[in-house]
Amino acid sequence: MAQSTVTGEHGHHDHHDQESLKTFGFWIFLITDVILFGTLFATYIVLRNNTSGGPTADELFQLPIIIAETFILLTSSFTSGLAVLAMHKGLKKALIGWLAVTWLLGATFIGMEVYEFAHLVHEGATISTSAFLSSFFTLVGTHGLHVSLGLVWMIALMIQLGQRGITAVTKRKVENLSLYWHFLDVVWIFVFTVVYLMGVM
Amino acid sequence: MAQTNARPQGVPHNGTNGGHGEHGGHGGHGSLKSYVTGFVLSIILTIIPLVVVMNDMLGRTATLVVILAAAVLQFVVQLFFFMHLKEGENAKWNIMTLIFGLIILLTIVAGSIWIMTYNQVAH
Repeated sequence: MAQSTVTGEHGHHDHHDQESLKTFGFWIFLITDVILFGTLFATYIVLRNNTSGGPTADELFQLPIIIAETFILLTSSFTSGLAVLAMHKGLKKALIGWLAVTWLLGATFIGMEVYEFAHLVHEGATISTSAFLSSFFTLVGTHGLHVSLGLVWMIALMIQLGQRGITAVTKRKVENLSLYWHFLDVVWIFVFTVVYLMGVM
Repeated sequence: MAQTNARPQGVPHNGTNGGHGEHGGHGGHGSLKSYVTGFVLSIILTIIPLVVVMNDMLGRTATLVVILAAAVLQFVVQLFFFMHLKEGENAKWNIMTLIFGLIILLTIVAGSIWIMTYNQVAH
């Protein structure tokens, strides 16, 4: 009797270890993503003055939209944290609610970015105009793609939470998603600083 | 005996127990206070470089230093207040991996800037 209970608990603990190992694996993925963005930032910084007679950063960027995007993404990073807090209190509805708020803010961010890109292309500043714009669209576009993928992941997770509730597995997924979201906000801080602020300086 | 011993171990997997002493996947979850502090500090650290750049308050080099310092500080703020870097059972491993990643990041970025600025053969 006692023996079987112990093995049962042991299995449980292994499961827990595996979940935390998976979170660590996700953390390593984020670090490799840091390196990916690092190479794109390095490319952008090196090429940002090579405008090939085309428009410069100073002429193109509309700071008001970028400022709005920055605060929207920052707020969504905060609300994804509130989702994790709600999860640890066992509040499933609040968890899904905060994830929905985070999703809406993220979608607004992407909508504004698409508008910005369309505006740039309309002005004649496309990805093939100059080395500056190639590196700009690649860097900012890769970030936007990450946010978009995060939005898809968030929908899937909200559905799963609705079906299964808060379990050890969904808990780990919410924590990883939240880490991913904070990470994307951190990347955006550097995009905002290095691309936009330094661009209009 | 086994039952009473087993209980405390089983609790964290419940998920519905809340509380702060226990640990889930990533470990520390922080508190509302840490998220609000991080949020407020992040807003301040976003507004400072904005004001400096939009009003042309400082010279070129000083502006660069201020906005980059604000960005790095905000990164640190989010690491501790949002991502809870120092909490949880894996904290040490997370920090080691992060440091490794940052070393590679700095090598790539600083190396690229250095080599393209000072070592061009032709323009």
